[in-house]
Amino acid sequence: MSDSRPEDNEHAIDASRKNESTPSHDDHANGKTGPVGDPKFVTTRVRIKTDLRFRRMCILTASASVLILVFLLGSILVAGIPALNWTLLTGYPEPEPENAGMWPALMGTLWVCSMCALITLPLGVGSAVLIEEFTPRNRIARKAFSLLQLNITNLAGVPSVVYGILGLTAFVSMFTIFDDGEDIGGPSMEIGAVYYDQFSNLASDSFLNTDNTGARERYFLIPVDSRDAPQTVPETGMLAYENQPSGLTRVEVLAIDPFATDPPTESDQFSRTIDSTSTPGRISEKRWYYLRLPFGRGVVAGALTLMLVILPVIIISTQEALRAVPATLRAGALGLGATPWQVVWNVTLPSAVPGIMTGAILAMSRAIGETAPILIIAGIVYIRSAPQHLMDDYTVMPLQIYNWTSRPQQEFHSIAAGGIVILLAILLTFNAVAVLIRHRMQNKLQ
Amino acid sequence: MENNPSEASQTSTDRPELMKADNPTSAIEIKNLSSWYGDFQALDSISLNVRKNKVTAFIGPSGCGKSTLLRWVNRMNDTIHTARATGSLHLGDLDLLATTTDVVDLRRKVGIVFQKPNPFPKSIFDNVAFGPRLHMKLRRSELLDLVEWSLRKAAVWDEVKDRLNSPALGLSGGQQQRLCIARTIAVGPEVLLMDEPCSALDPGSTLAIEELMNELRHQYTIVIVTHNMQQASRCSDATAFFFEGKLIEMNDTQRLFTNPKSEQTEDYISGRFG
Repeated sequence: MSDSRPEDNEHAIDASRKNESTPSHDDHANGKTGPVGDPKFVTTRVRIKTDLRFRRMCILTASASVLILVFLLGSILVAGIPALNWTLLTGYPEPEPENAGMWPALMGTLWVCSMCALITLPLGVGSAVLIEEFTPRNRIARKAFSLLQLNITNLAGVPSVVYGILGLTAFVSMFTIFDDGEDIGGPSMEIGAVYYDQFSNLASDSFLNTDNTGARERYFLIPVDSRDAPQTVPETGMLAYENQPSGLTRVEVLAIDPFATDPPTESDQFSRTIDSTSTPGRISEKRWYYLRLPFGRGVVAGALTLMLVILPVIIISTQEALRAVPATLRAGALGLGATPWQVVWNVTLPSAVPGIMTGAILAMSRAIGETAPILIIAGIVYIRSAPQHLMDDYTVMPLQIYNWTSRPQQEFHSIAAGGIVILLAILLTFNAVAVLIRHRMQNKLQ
Repeated sequence: MENNPSEASQTSTDRPELMKADNPTSAIEIKNLSSWYGDFQALDSISLNVRKNKVTAFIGPSGCGKSTLLRWVNRMNDTIHTARATGSLHLGDLDLLATTTDVVDLRRKVGIVFQKPNPFPKSIFDNVAFGPRLHMKLRRSELLDLVEWSLRKAAVWDEVKDRLNSPALGLSGGQQQRLCIARTIAVGPEVLLMDEPCSALDPGSTLAIEELMNELRHQYTIVIVTHNMQQASRCSDATAFFFEGKLIEMNDTQRLFTNPKSEQTEDYISGRFG
């Protein structure tokens, strides 16, 4: 107190000078204060005034940020809510704005982000536990750890588009180590895919079908060993599959050259006949566990790239959460004869879960909204279906919104706004659920 | 509980003893123990014996090394990477300073109660069951028996028996500390280390803990670090006075407090410094 006296006096003089010039400025204070010369009193008054000024400034800045947010949300809601309808949520990206929807993008976002969370959470929490709880005693190892820490901190600030390029190299094409030189970017190793050669019957050909109007169009699938197997040559008596609602059914086909031989006249026989000179189309059926190397532009590559973006965030927030666990709890568990792993699993991690959850929520929100890396990884592909397996092509909501906003028609801009509202709604729901879980866990602990 | 802590294995050794005690069985034998945190020497050639099934008090001003010594006995100092020690420290036949010593097993044998009650943010039951679950596979009924036994031993059973599943952090400070003692004895230790167990408690709770120590001394070897000289004189059998990392004097509590040999000890216990 005594150290700051001279300064206080300066203020006092300042204040009294001010008072003289504008005596009516602060009636309330003046009225009850008595002589202005009382230095102690004026000091208090100045301090209260500064405090008030500072508080007003804080309110001003805080309300400015809130206002900007309200304005943003308001303008999006005004533009987006009229565009909201069921088609927008469950429809497919049609060329006509009134029929267009974002179901594939919605499912793509769900697939990519849940995959990303599944990969990133164990990795991130594991790394943080290593750095925080298993700090080595060895001096050189400690140096290595601090280097690691420095790296992670810096990675959090790298622009996400850079991760997109890294993901393209590391996950989509896998440094081209799996390429065989013939089929660039194609899978060189796959599990869970069945390949077929597809033939259409003569009835599918409107030129040949002129006489046999009773025959229906049919398509036949011939299983082949692999993607690169030689093309099937159609033969009479060859067993083929037909894709029917009940599943694949076996059909015996006829193969003729319709320009050398007369086609059969019976409609049933005609519909089983295929052109012996035709070339089949190779199609594939992929199981849910379909796996290929390199990953290609599929869901896994997207999830891994988003992992690069949010891993530093999750590691750092988990570290903070672990640091916030009182050291006395660790000491208590160690003192009971727990191994370091038992301490982490039974005491430290459970206590840190609310904090870890907070970090995970923030990180996942970022992943859901991330556009740049996905733009590089997935490209603007016209995707008409939700992903069926982990290597399937996909698009995500921000990308779909970006796609719509870049079109010239005004109608697309308005459904883009609707899409933003849906994206925001998903984000908010996600956050609310996570906050709820966090609260419940916190209450359970205390 | 099968594992009766009082049957701790003790073998007589022919190591020279600093103190010719009336009870020759020593639980902990310390010889020429010096310890450093980095460049700072915390302990300087400490030699003393802690007698079995007695309460030994470590007194001395803050920073005199008494807590450091305590933390070497169950190797809690391992968590501080700059800490190192020379000399010898034995619990029975077990060399406590050897790098080969299984610290996990050691800490089961040597329990520690900290200055601030530190129950885990779990239920009362889970707190006491925490240690046993780490070390053994028990059926639910056995675990229940063990938890009740420990809580009764720690004189807190009557207060918590109706709310075993409520959070331990809802208990009062004194109850929490007794819960921590119950948690420690649930794993069946031979030695109980108490690092200023009452310094964060009110007088009533302090009294409860002191009475508890009086009960427990028959089965456990207790070492208590305390700043409270009344407490040391009330509830310990032997007292060691430390000053600036050195052991100044150790004797039966009665004798040390009535007839201290060293002038420093006399100054300290009469409140002239520290």
